[in-house]
Amino acid sequence: MTDYNFAYLDEQTKRMIRRALLKALAIPGYQVPFASREMPMPYGWGTGGVQVTASVLTPEDRLKVIDQGADDTTNAVSIRKFFEKTAQVATTTRTTEATVIQTRHRIPETPLGEDQILVYQVPIPEPLRFLEPRETETRRMHALEEYGLMHVKLYEDIARHGAIATAYAYPVKVAGRYVMDPSPIPKFDNPKLSDCPAIQLFGAGREQRIYALPPYTDVVSLDFEDHPFEASKAPHACALCGSGDSYLDEIVTDDAGGRMFLCSDTDYCESRHERGAA
Amino acid sequence: MTPLLSVKTLRKTYGAHVGCTDVSFDLFPGEVMGIVGESGSGKTTLLNCLAGHLTPDRGQVIFDTRADGPRDVLAMSEPERRMLGRTDWAFVHQHARDGLRMNVSAGGNVGERLMAVGARHYGAIRAQAADWLGRVEIDAGRIDDRPTTFSGGMQQRLQIARNLVTQPRLVFMDEPTGGLDVSVQARLLDLLRGLVRDLGLSAIVVTHDLAVVRLLAHRLMVMKDGRVVETGLTDQVLDDPQHPYTQLLVSSVLQV
Amino acid sequence: MAMIEIENLSKTFQLHTQGSARIDVMRDLSLRVEAGECVALTGRSGAGKSTLMRMIYGNYLAAGGSLRIAGTDVVTASPHDILRLRRETMGYVSQFLRVIPRVPTIDVVAEPLLALGTPTAAARDRAAYLLTRLNLPERLWRLSPTTFSGGEQQRVNIARGFAHEYPVLLLDEPTASLDPVNRAVVLDLISAARHRGAAIVGIFHDAEARAQVCTREVDLTAFVPGRAV
Repeated sequence: MTDYNFAYLDEQTKRMIRRALLKALAIPGYQVPFASREMPMPYGWGTGGVQVTASVLTPEDRLKVIDQGADDTTNAVSIRKFFEKTAQVATTTRTTEATVIQTRHRIPETPLGEDQILVYQVPIPEPLRFLEPRETETRRMHALEEYGLMHVKLYEDIARHGAIATAYAYPVKVAGRYVMDPSPIPKFDNPKLSDCPAIQLFGAGREQRIYALPPYTDVVSLDFEDHPFEASKAPHACALCGSGDSYLDEIVTDDAGGRMFLCSDTDYCESRHERGAA
Repeated sequence: MTPLLSVKTLRKTYGAHVGCTDVSFDLFPGEVMGIVGESGSGKTTLLNCLAGHLTPDRGQVIFDTRADGPRDVLAMSEPERRMLGRTDWAFVHQHARDGLRMNVSAGGNVGERLMAVGARHYGAIRAQAADWLGRVEIDAGRIDDRPTTFSGGMQQRLQIARNLVTQPRLVFMDEPTGGLDVSVQARLLDLLRGLVRDLGLSAIVVTHDLAVVRLLAHRLMVMKDGRVVETGLTDQVLDDPQHPYTQLLVSSVLQV
Repeated sequence: MAMIEIENLSKTFQLHTQGSARIDVMRDLSLRVEAGECVALTGRSGAGKSTLMRMIYGNYLAAGGSLRIAGTDVVTASPHDILRLRRETMGYVSQFLRVIPRVPTIDVVAEPLLALGTPTAAARDRAAYLLTRLNLPERLWRLSPTTFSGGEQQRVNIARGFAHEYPVLLLDEPTASLDPVNRAVVLDLISAARHRGAAIVGIFHDAEARAQVCTREVDLTAFVPGRAV
């Protein structure tokens, strides 16, 4: 027994958020406003993702929380503990065992299935924000499908760096309609957004926006004909599991220039390690 | 000959205050019309009504569209009107910073309208941007610089390039030379006159500077208290003004 | 064929800023100018010579009557039609050069041709030919005429007026500030224009020039009404 309502939020709030989620799923990529609540954590620590997770959790769910792919970082640990305490749901670090995964800045390497929900924490939901600061104008641009500006951003990248230098939060077009910010996942993860069997939900707490990708949605990364999109990663293999096709973190090991590259997805790395060791 | 723009009994009020009223005129392809009057005479209100920035209370603004011939712009849907705004129409603001993206390079500023209508080849967009910078006399070496590093005159020329890259047929200009040094004004006027002639542009130029309209506009409309008090050939209105207000306006200009 | 047909033309100035004074300057003026004619307007100062020229050009509005240029009545024509007339039919060499500062002389002269769609190179060639004939040193061609002397500006103005072969030409004191050599060139240009069939109306204070190029003189003093205030 706990002093909290199941998953912290009261039922009316969850109802309000679920309505927003249903609308978001009905209009893939469209940012649905919602009345974000004060949560017992600061903005920027995943208040949007936590509210979405709280609204979709059932007592039977098994929750996984990752931050930059890792289950053992402060943000991931504290959110997992938050739901263990307020919802008393089972938790796991195994991607394959989880029914709900809340993530910050990564999509797990292990392919997701139809019985899973991926919840993204989103700092800035508006992909047009940095070029057009007026919210009234960006909303109109979405409504009228005026997305030339998004390509201006990519144009600027190429003009400045010789290639599209945007490496994370790389803009995508959803189901041929809305341009969406996939949250600050590395562009390496962008292909995983498309045609994904799992439900993908995006929550921005401070900005009070929710958007979603229903299963098997077509998601295309924006690019130019002569500068096509590339899902890039560090040109190394993981120093622990030897994987050559997972996204890698660079770890500086000493102050003499020593470094190593490790899978950012800790569960993926450990699973491979165990299988290799077994 | 079909007018490019035909304005009929346009009226815009702000509560009890009349912004402009009873404005009717035709603008033909290749013509430049000046609108002069003191501040508060309704000329900017009129321009904004024509360009779709303000919704008039009544009247018609009929534009000869490429696809469907003459259509009332005010009866168009917003997407249609905005599409017009970035293809066949252009708007040159008095302050370049209102018409430019100051945090985007010169090339990106010029290329935006191309990308907005579907251009997706970086090399081609850049080549066109470079070509337009040349036409407005900005060194191609500045293509990756931001407008914040440009002088006022350069910013204004960049704004013009950004507007004309999609080959619009009608350009709205709000005090295009306002706030610029006299020598810079002359250069800009010459540039505008050349572009109007070479591209066959039509333009509506709002200004309070009679010297600007004499050099740039074929025809002139004089406004006072929201009404058009006199129209005619620019030199005729300036040299043989009929309305008391126009006579006052013309006689008030300081001679150099 | 009459290129200019003026019937019962009158002109009034109403000066609203000066106690609404009404000044009648012309009444019932009629005049026909055929192709190939060069008519000199004469009369004392204030007889309305410049006023008539400006009315023909559409620069001043008429108070009444009609004024047909190649069939188009300037008194009632729309601005659009007058602009077409000025572009294609009617050239005007005024005493004053009004240009955008910084535009090179050669382009000032070529502009009437460019406005008609003549390719730039051809228009500049024609401009260069006229400037050469008028003895304007080539080193000045790339400069704006705004800083030129009166005589130089006048020659630029004349070159500009003769760039396109207008069927109707209006000349306001075309030889006023020219030296004998250039005066002769201008008179040659006028004669050549007349011989190709242009209808010319001009104001020439220079009696010799008048005698040399004009086929007829019209004294406008007869059309000045008694001044009423």
